[in-house]
Amino acid sequence: MTLFVSLKEAIAANVFDGDLVALEGFTHLIPYAAGHEIIRQQRKDLTLIRMTPDLIYDQLIGMGCVKKMIFSWGGNPGVGSLRRFRDAYEKSWPHKLEIEEHSHAAMANAYEAGAAGLPCAVFRGYLGAGLAEVNPNIRFIECPFTGERLASVPSIRPDVSIIHAQKANRKGDVLIEGIVGVQKEAVLAAKRAIVTVEEIVDNFDDLHPNACVLPNWTLKAVVPVPGGAHPSYAKGYYERDNAFYKAWDPIASDREGFQAWMQENVLNAGPDAFASRVVFTQAEK
Amino acid sequence: MNYTATEMMTVAAARAIRNDDVCFVGIGMPSAACNLARLTHAPDVTLIYESGTIGTKPDVLPLSIGDGELCDTAVTTVAVPEMFRYWLQGGRISVGFLGAAQLDKFGNLNTTVVGGDYNSPKVRLPGGGGAPEIATSCGEIFIVMKQSARGFVDNIDFMTSLGHGKTGKEREALGIKTRGPSRLTTDLCIMETDPASKEFVVTSIHPGVSREQIAENTGWAIRFADQVVETPAPNESELAALRALNERTARAHAGQ
Repeated sequence: MTLFVSLKEAIAANVFDGDLVALEGFTHLIPYAAGHEIIRQQRKDLTLIRMTPDLIYDQLIGMGCVKKMIFSWGGNPGVGSLRRFRDAYEKSWPHKLEIEEHSHAAMANAYEAGAAGLPCAVFRGYLGAGLAEVNPNIRFIECPFTGERLASVPSIRPDVSIIHAQKANRKGDVLIEGIVGVQKEAVLAAKRAIVTVEEIVDNFDDLHPNACVLPNWTLKAVVPVPGGAHPSYAKGYYERDNAFYKAWDPIASDREGFQAWMQENVLNAGPDAFASRVVFTQAEK
Repeated sequence: MNYTATEMMTVAAARAIRNDDVCFVGIGMPSAACNLARLTHAPDVTLIYESGTIGTKPDVLPLSIGDGELCDTAVTTVAVPEMFRYWLQGGRISVGFLGAAQLDKFGNLNTTVVGGDYNSPKVRLPGGGGAPEIATSCGEIFIVMKQSARGFVDNIDFMTSLGHGKTGKEREALGIKTRGPSRLTTDLCIMETDPASKEFVVTSIHPGVSREQIAENTGWAIRFADQVVETPAPNESELAALRALNERTARAHAGQ
C-alpha cells in the first residue's frame, strides 16, 4: 500500500458519506486543505467531531456536507460567532444540523479513551453543569473505591481522523510539535488516519528522543501540502493569519457572499493554492 | 489622568492577581487582565491557557487561545488531554479567570444560549469550552465582565458553568471542595462573594460611579457591603503598560 498519495486520492480512499470524521488541531495545525478537499468531493451526511469547530467546520457546514457536529466550543476565536454554524443550527440552512455538545475536558478525555481502546472516559467534571441535563451522552458513575461521583462520556472512535503536521520523513513517519492539542489521540483513536504535512525531509535523525512522532504504520496517507493549515498556522513555518479570522466574519455572515467565496477559493482552487496564502518564516532547527 | 471605563475594569481585575498565582486564563478580557498583572505587579505569575501552554509570557494578547506566541514564550507546552487531566483536574491551578455572556448573583455563568431553551435558542453562543471544569477545579474563580442589566440577570438562560448554584447552596451540596467565584470586576465596581449567602456584594466602586448607576445596570436586587471603598484610579504605570499592550496587540492582529 502506498502511503504517499495526492490529497484527492487520500480523501477519496478514506472519507465516505455518513462517516464519523475528526479534523483536529487545537487552533494550531488545523487541516484546512484536507477540509477543502472533502468539500470539493461533495461528501454528505458526515458527523464531524472537533473540540473547536473553527472556520473549517463553518465552511463544511455551509457547503452542506454535515449532518451532525460534536464539539465543545463553537466560535470564531477572539472574533465571535461561527455564522454558517448558527445559520444551520438556528435556521436549517442549507439543511438541518444536529449537535452534540460537550466541555473541552470531556472531549479531551473521550479522545484519550478512544486512543486507549476504552469504551468510555471517566473524569471529575460536569458538576452542576447544564449540559449534563440536555446531553444524554453525559452520565455519572460511582468510583468503586471511594464512592465519588464521576462524569463519564463515550470514547471517541472516528472512522477517519485528519490532522496537519510539520513534517514527515521518507518513510512516512510524522513529526508534530508546538501546541499538539489532541492530534495524537485523534489519530490513535481512529480506524483510518490522514496527515497533511508542510514538507518531507530525508530523516528524523536530529529529533529530540521525546518528540511527538506518529510512526508510518499508524497512518493511511501522508500528503505534503505546504501552507495547508492556513488561516491556522504551523509553528516554525508560518504564523496564524489573525487578520483572516477577522475578515471571515463578514464573508460568512451572508449566504451569497459565503457561496461566492467558497466557489472562488475552494471549488475553483486546489491544494496548491495554499502555499501562496501564507508567508513562510525560516523553518526552525 | 484620563482613562476609560474599560481601562479601569482591566486594571482593577489585574490587581487581584497575586505574584505566586497559577492562573487558568480565559480569552478576551481575562487574558488582558492577567497579562497586565504579569507586566506590572505580578511578574512571576504562571499563566496557563487551555491550548496546553504553561507559564506563557506573550508580548501581545493572543486573538485565539492557541496563538503561536503562547507556545513560543511558554515554560512548556503539553497536550490538551494532559492539560485538563493532570494540571486542571489534578488541582494545580489556584485561580481560574473567566468572562461570560450572562451571569447571576451566585456567579453561575452562561456562554451557551440566550433566549428560548437549549434545543431552540434565540441566540446560539459558542458554548462552554473549558469553563464547566475550570469553574469547579480551580482553587477560586475571578470573573471580569462589563456590567449591564442584560448580562447581569436574576436567572441565567443556561447553566454553562456552576458558580454557587441556583440558591447559593448547590456547590457545597455537590461536595465541591474549591471556593468557586470569589470576585467579580466590572467597568463600574468590584463585587466579592458574601461568605454566608454566597451572593455578590459590591465592596468597591470605581471613581465617578454612583450606586444608582450600579443598580440600574444589574438585573438582580444589588447589595452593597457595609463598608464600600472607592477603587483607586489606574496609576500612570498601570495605564502605560495596558496601553502599550493594547497597541502592540492591535498592530499584531492587523497582520503588521
